[in-house]
Amino acid sequence: MTPALSIDHLFVRYGRTDVVKDVSFSVKPGESYALVGESGSGKSTILRSVVGMVRDWRGKIEVDGMPRQGRIDLAFARHCQMIFQDPYASLHPRRTVDATLLEPLKVHGIGDRAERVVQMMQDVGLDPRFRFRFPHQLSGGQRQRVAIARALMLEPRLLLLDEPTSALDVSVQAEILNLLVRIREERNLTYVLVTHSLPVVSFLCDRLGVLRHGRLVEEAGVSALRTGTFAEPYSQELYDASLGAGDRDLAALQEATRGMGM
Amino acid sequence: MTPLKLWLTADAPTSRWQAQAAQAYAIWRSFARNPLAVLGALIVGTLIVVAIFAPVLAPYTPVGQNLSMRLMPPSAEHWLGTDELGRDILSRILYGARITLLIVVMVAVISAPIGLIIGAVAGYFGGWTDRVLMAITDVFLSLPKLIMALAFVAALGAGLQNAIIAIAITAWPAYARIARAETLTFRNSEFIAAVQLQGASHLRVIGVHVLPLCMSSTIIRVTLDMAGIILTAAGLGFLGLGAQPPLPEWGAMISRGRSFILDQWWVATMPGFAIIIVSLGFCFLGDGLRDVLDPRQRDGR
Amino acid sequence: MTEPLLQLRNLRVTFPGPRGPVQVVHGVSFDLGRERLGIVGESGSGKSLTGRSLLRLLKHPAKVETDRLIFDGIDLNALSEKQMRNIRGARISMVMQDPKFSLNPVMTIGTQIAEALRVHENLPRTEVKTRVRAMLDQVRIDDPDRVMKLYPHEVSGGMGQRVMIAMMLIPQPDVLIADEPTSALDVSVQAQVLDLIDTMIVGNGMALILISHDLELVARYCDRVLVMHRGRVVEELEAGQLHAATHPYTKGLLAAVPRMDETRKVLPVMDRDMEYDQ
Repeated sequence: MTPALSIDHLFVRYGRTDVVKDVSFSVKPGESYALVGESGSGKSTILRSVVGMVRDWRGKIEVDGMPRQGRIDLAFARHCQMIFQDPYASLHPRRTVDATLLEPLKVHGIGDRAERVVQMMQDVGLDPRFRFRFPHQLSGGQRQRVAIARALMLEPRLLLLDEPTSALDVSVQAEILNLLVRIREERNLTYVLVTHSLPVVSFLCDRLGVLRHGRLVEEAGVSALRTGTFAEPYSQELYDASLGAGDRDLAALQEATRGMGM
Repeated sequence: MTPLKLWLTADAPTSRWQAQAAQAYAIWRSFARNPLAVLGALIVGTLIVVAIFAPVLAPYTPVGQNLSMRLMPPSAEHWLGTDELGRDILSRILYGARITLLIVVMVAVISAPIGLIIGAVAGYFGGWTDRVLMAITDVFLSLPKLIMALAFVAALGAGLQNAIIAIAITAWPAYARIARAETLTFRNSEFIAAVQLQGASHLRVIGVHVLPLCMSSTIIRVTLDMAGIILTAAGLGFLGLGAQPPLPEWGAMISRGRSFILDQWWVATMPGFAIIIVSLGFCFLGDGLRDVLDPRQRDGR
Repeated sequence: MTEPLLQLRNLRVTFPGPRGPVQVVHGVSFDLGRERLGIVGESGSGKSLTGRSLLRLLKHPAKVETDRLIFDGIDLNALSEKQMRNIRGARISMVMQDPKFSLNPVMTIGTQIAEALRVHENLPRTEVKTRVRAMLDQVRIDDPDRVMKLYPHEVSGGMGQRVMIAMMLIPQPDVLIADEPTSALDVSVQAQVLDLIDTMIVGNGMALILISHDLELVARYCDRVLVMHRGRVVEELEAGQLHAATHPYTKGLLAAVPRMDETRKVLPVMDRDMEYDQ
């Protein structure tokens, strides 16, 4: 089966150094795959290379079997879309929600515009009353919903998500994560998610790849997050540092009961 | 709250037109809090009204000579006095507003779009496009306005039209620089990337997404430049290179009044006041617009 | 019973809006002893505004009213701006979120820390330098002499925050207010910076107000936690008693965070539009 995304020996250059070094991985259609790592690990750079925002790369990138040339053409736009981290920066400040959602339809000459816009707003849980608001009149969660709606307007198969909930409040994050799970199921999408938050990966994904300083250190199934066991020491470090107070208590409890031979 | 006000501040506008009206209203409210800005707007508004209704407002014709009434001081019959050919100065100033307005509008209409587009394209594409366009811009930027205008007019002949073209040629580079700087601030932002990711052509991205964001700073700069443009045009008129007689162009009127400045001061100073007031008006308006338009753009939160 | 170090009663903050004034903080009150107090809330809860109000940093068009704002026996409301400046930095200090934005990009690190000291104390140049070096040591920056000559953009986020902490603690204040001090940092660096703040607070007998959106983080580093929602304090907890939270908002907040070993298919979502009357 053709992988939804296939990265082969990818090197990405920034200035005089490679920020991504010899990364290879592949994502099956319908899978939800996470790239995790700290800042500077190169995870966002990989996503940007796939869509063509970053051009200085060598290696092979194939989306649904088709090699990426680096240019964004209309066909690619209908197959793959991206959702960005900062809901404040990813919407044009002077265009209403309506105009932002109509844009992809206009570019591709798709009809039934008003109906599609209203339908999509409802699909992502946005009150259609907000159709003519400007971004600064929306909350962070609402803006992110608009960004998700915009990405879905062209009915893509592959969705790239660059830290989609990092800039959101806890309660809003929960709503958006639920939304992302739901639309993936409904539309049978493939997700490639970049995040620094392991608990989000645990909720949203099937597999993950750990990046450090541009190299892929380890790939694991999401079950590794449940057992807390990783093969590579760096992954283990990342895991330990990411445990919240509640998780720590639970982990400590598990340690204690393990020692008791239970 | 009146129904209109409720409609303008509704938090869920039901049409694009309502949303835009609401934005305009919010900007207007901000603007109205600044008394100098409102004064500036009033002055500019008066200029426009006077220019349109000059024939109705002026008590006399601007070109009617009456040599028996030459160089009369301000009086009940001639509020601002008469000039060396007996023409009523007030009427000439009122008709002169048309010329001033024409100059200012034509220069803006010619130079602003050129500057905007060149600047936005340079900022958007970067690389060699940017370098070449900015080199051209720099060449024109280094030409001194008045001297350039003189050279142009000397080559093509005196007259209002040539004066306008001459000023426009030296005005556009500043707008190009501003548009380019503005474009650079959001060139790499995610909303531009998102539109490109949808497959939009460069033309569409620049025309529909980049240019509207450059509008505010361009409008502000153009307004503030108006004062300088008026003065340049007056300078050209003063040198006899702008509007030709008997057109009541303010700068030419000052020039003519030079010879009588000591005894019949009103011939030169009345048009001078007009220039000062209108220039100030544009400055206040421009400042007011800057306070009101810029933060909106920067702080979209 | 000793007087608390800081007393706040009935803080109200109002901003003008297009349809009239909007109140964003509704009567927040608390006492602070020489302890670590956490204030937790999401955006719009008013937690940052509360922090800034303690230092009287909110200016027009914000309208700030308090029934009582007493620090170490001094009525802060009665002070002039000049007198307030002597308190800020010297007795009550504040560390903010992103060192990229809170450090002056055109001054070297050494100069900035020295300035923080010079504003409040009149010391000879060599002694200032010694104090700065000692401070950089305390925040565990190796090679302080080299770092002193660097500019903020030349150091990492974690180190920038340490510099910020050094700057804010060098005048030896009594209270440190930390507003989301680690939100802009990587996970592994967060713990280091918070441990550092903790050590310095305890070591110098200072009080800490830690403002954050992360309930678990705050519970780990504080003795008491105030939970804020829409401008009101909805619950007060002892740090170790998170699981015993009674208020629906606090419980909702705890439940909505994804866990490392997540098995739920859907995360519980709170009704954020609910108004909770205090």
